[in-house]
Amino acid sequence: MAAHEAGMTHKSEFRAGRQLGLNHVKLGMWLFIASEVMFFGGLIATFLKYKLALPTNEAAHLDVTLVGANTFLLLTSSFTLVLALAGLRDGKRGAFLRNLLFTVLLGALFLAGQGYEFSLLYAEGVTLSSSLFGSTFFTLTGFHGLHVLIGVVWALVLIVRGTRGAYSADNDLGIEIFGLYWHFVDIVWIVLFTLIYLI
Amino acid sequence: MTSETAAAERPNWRRYFAWNTDHKVIGIQYLVTTFFFFLVGGLIAMLIRFELIQPGVDLVDGTVFNRFLTNHGSTMIFLWVIPVLAGFGNYVLPLQLGAKDMAFPRLNALSYWLLLTGGLIMLGSFFVGASESGWTAYAPLSIEGPDGQSLWAVSIFILGFSSIFGAINFLVTTVTMRAEGVTLWRLPLFVWGMIATSISVVVATPVLTTALVMVALDRMAGTMFFSAAAGASPVHYQSLFWFYSHPAVYIMVLPAMGIISEVLPVFSRKPIFGYKTIAISSMAISVLGMTVWAHHMFTSGMDPRLRLPFMITSMIIAVPTGVKIFSWLATVWDGKLHLKTPMLFSLGFISMFLIGGIGGIFLAAIPIDIHVHDTYFVVGHLHMVLFGGSVFGIFAGLYYWFPKITGRMYQEWLGKVHFWLTLVGTILTYIPMHLAGLAGMPRRIVDYADEFTDLNVLASIGGFILGIAVLPFIYNVIVSWARGPAAGNNPWRALTLEWQTSSPPPEHNFEHEPRMDHGPYDFGHDLVTGTPAAAPASGD
Repeated sequence: MAAHEAGMTHKSEFRAGRQLGLNHVKLGMWLFIASEVMFFGGLIATFLKYKLALPTNEAAHLDVTLVGANTFLLLTSSFTLVLALAGLRDGKRGAFLRNLLFTVLLGALFLAGQGYEFSLLYAEGVTLSSSLFGSTFFTLTGFHGLHVLIGVVWALVLIVRGTRGAYSADNDLGIEIFGLYWHFVDIVWIVLFTLIYLI
Repeated sequence: MTSETAAAERPNWRRYFAWNTDHKVIGIQYLVTTFFFFLVGGLIAMLIRFELIQPGVDLVDGTVFNRFLTNHGSTMIFLWVIPVLAGFGNYVLPLQLGAKDMAFPRLNALSYWLLLTGGLIMLGSFFVGASESGWTAYAPLSIEGPDGQSLWAVSIFILGFSSIFGAINFLVTTVTMRAEGVTLWRLPLFVWGMIATSISVVVATPVLTTALVMVALDRMAGTMFFSAAAGASPVHYQSLFWFYSHPAVYIMVLPAMGIISEVLPVFSRKPIFGYKTIAISSMAISVLGMTVWAHHMFTSGMDPRLRLPFMITSMIIAVPTGVKIFSWLATVWDGKLHLKTPMLFSLGFISMFLIGGIGGIFLAAIPIDIHVHDTYFVVGHLHMVLFGGSVFGIFAGLYYWFPKITGRMYQEWLGKVHFWLTLVGTILTYIPMHLAGLAGMPRRIVDYADEFTDLNVLASIGGFILGIAVLPFIYNVIVSWARGPAAGNNPWRALTLEWQTSSPPPEHNFEHEPRMDHGPYDFGHDLVTGTPAAAPASGD
């Protein structure tokens, strides 16, 4: 988003924010995440409402092992992102860029796994319009996948900017903001995995 | 000096038609664009009132009538009241905080251009068969309607993003960009109104987005979220819709309440009564407002056991609202009143909003709601709070800040003509609607029984008066903006920071770093006249 406005933090106009120890870009991102929580909240509420009101056995088509492995990939990508930020702060440019690249690859693998899962389900006749389960399942996981896709593209932009030296130990806000987003997308997945696949 | 500034800015008029990140330019873009949408929505309302002036299907058929009423409501809510208040927020909020601009200027410009895009898509849907499901877009009507229904969903989706980005900007600006001395309890009450509204926008708007995504998917991708045939619950749509759209009522009124909280002390030459209680009431309304949505659904077939808790929460909202009304009355009480146009509209707000608000208490009561649900009583009520309330507040703000925005003074007598026509029109239009509704006239129907004719003639005459009432306003704005007398920096002798800079303000808002050493409404304190606080300033 407005991540590269990081330099503005030192300007006098954000004095009130600094007195509170609040960076304006971070605060903006937190508020955006709050609205994202409500967006997913609406979709999750719909999924649960229909799951409880109309129990079906279609959930038996779900491959928990495959998606469990996929979940592991996504969680690992959050870990590599933390390593990237730590590398940046330690001044280790190589570790920073390498771990950011791992994050992108893991995110892309997650998307590939999700695509494979979707294709299996479609082959078994569970589709967007096959039933309420299909409608709610594909919409909910699909919107999460869309968020992962946006995150992967965002991380690629960060890598390109990173190789040009846009970030340093003193100027890591852009990475931190992306981290807020990426960890949020991860947490949403933990909730979805639990509600859809485990319960 | 003021007129020189205005003259120097004139060659720059093109910037209003281009991408610009100055919050003052964006504010004017918002105000002018939304006023254009107000005129469109008003024109549709005239057509509706023209059809309803006598029983029978004469001017338009039922389908066209449904398209008119759907897009009248959608335009007025999503393209006028909600965004015009964001327009005030854009122009005024950074100035009141003593800030140079908003926290994210480019995101701010994006908000405006999303608004314009969404608005044009909504109006453009008339060319492919506009939505005809009512502004609430209940399933299954909204699933089955013409193509315009999809465009409608897309436009509301885009407008939602515009609204959320704007709200994030207002919140972050307020928290991080206040000038020295602008502490929490010195924030102008308009800023408090914007904070409360923005919290509701951030939390509630995404849920409307969810609902619209599902409607759009049902229409275009073959999902069955709201298909009763598949066992789905159309009532679930109503829950999601009202989870946003009831808070939207407060989104539409809290900033207007903020505006009149600015106007009343200035034109009474007295400190506001109960500053902190008004601020806290705004926050309370914002939070409570998210717990009341199902009072729109008492007759929908929802679990009847849930009616009572929703009735109770709905009625509790009247408490902070009443606190505000009494605080405003106490502010005016014993003041030295200057009955200029902004003050007249503010007093009009209090009286009209009070009538609408009391009607709201009626509607929150389960038995009355079941009796008058979907009748003209509801139409009268919602117009009394949204037109008699929000729009009166908007006009109060437009007159109040006109000298600041343009550097010129409007013509007072034209403003007064505008106010009295609006007041008479409001009462004449919406009171008969209440009566027709109590007598059983259903809403959203092109035809009606003969017995309702008299009340509908009155409402239509009132509606046409409201239409005529904006003409002196438009003339006033154009003529005064072009060659009105120079207004000076602080024509109302107000204490908030936007008046402590030139009119219109320079590009970076303040020539010197602003600083606030007093509360926003400390009239009567030493700094103004030397007399004790709460006494009317002598010489006024």
